[in-house]
Amino acid sequence: MIDIIHVILFVFLAAIGVAIIRLRDLFAAVMLAGIFSLLSATLFTVMDAVDVAFTEAAVGAGISTLLMLATLSLTSSEEKPAVNRRQAMIGLVVVTITGAALIYGTLDMPRYGDPDAPIHHHMAPRFIEDSPEEIGIPNEVTSILASYRGYDTWGETTVILAAAIGVMLLFAAPPVSRRREDELFTPGEGTG
Amino acid sequence: MFDPGLFNYWIIMILMMTGLYTVIVKGNLIKKVIGLGIFQVSVIMFFVSMGKVRGGTAPIASESFEVYSNPVPHVLMLTAIVVAVATLAFALALIVRIKEAYDTIEEDEIRELEAGEEG
Repeated sequence: MIDIIHVILFVFLAAIGVAIIRLRDLFAAVMLAGIFSLLSATLFTVMDAVDVAFTEAAVGAGISTLLMLATLSLTSSEEKPAVNRRQAMIGLVVVTITGAALIYGTLDMPRYGDPDAPIHHHMAPRFIEDSPEEIGIPNEVTSILASYRGYDTWGETTVILAAAIGVMLLFAAPPVSRRREDELFTPGEGTG
Repeated sequence: MFDPGLFNYWIIMILMMTGLYTVIVKGNLIKKVIGLGIFQVSVIMFFVSMGKVRGGTAPIASESFEVYSNPVPHVLMLTAIVVAVATLAFALALIVRIKEAYDTIEEDEIRELEAGEEG
């Protein structure tokens, strides 16, 4: 049940992930993160999740990349060369063990695309069969999002409101400087 | 040992670990945020691939199709994507403030400055 398109897209995604780790130019890393989102949107379309795909393309590849570029323009776009080999080794060990445990966990899972998997036999048939009549629109994802799980979506907009208020408060606060005193620029004895 | 039905999940785990590695090892705060983004997309992909039904189509009711993929994971992951962008915006705003305060976005340099202040 694995098509060649899955393999190609996944290999691209893995290559981009490794490239993001290795690149020290943050501008390139942010652009690759945008491509990563766009490729995963393609993969979502292949897996029949069209609503997730266009949200990912608009939000993940669009707004996120824009926000990151704005941050780069306010900070710096070059990463310091890594010196700490020990930390990298510890990270690699932790990641390998965690990954192996997660892969071991997937061995019990229903195979990809299996119609007998338990996930397809409780809520989903009810939504698929009844939502077009009950809600009156053909798109089942929209029916669930806006009606059956309406409170969930309402809570989601609250999260966005909270994040927006948080960002505004952060930028409204007066500047705090914790740099070393000898590095501080004092007006008057400036560039001369 | 190799089961093609699990290939998707395994690659997704590998992608997830790429993101986790970036978060753990990289000292640059923007790099950490990008790693977190990779991790989030992988989790979303994991849920969406569990919702796929063999021979199914996108869950939009139509006369000409009988089998649909499971719409429930799609709905949950839509919410996750939007919450992810909210946390991303907040994290980036924090990074801008950290840059203003410390003049660096490297974790170890910030630690040094903090230690210097205490000592």
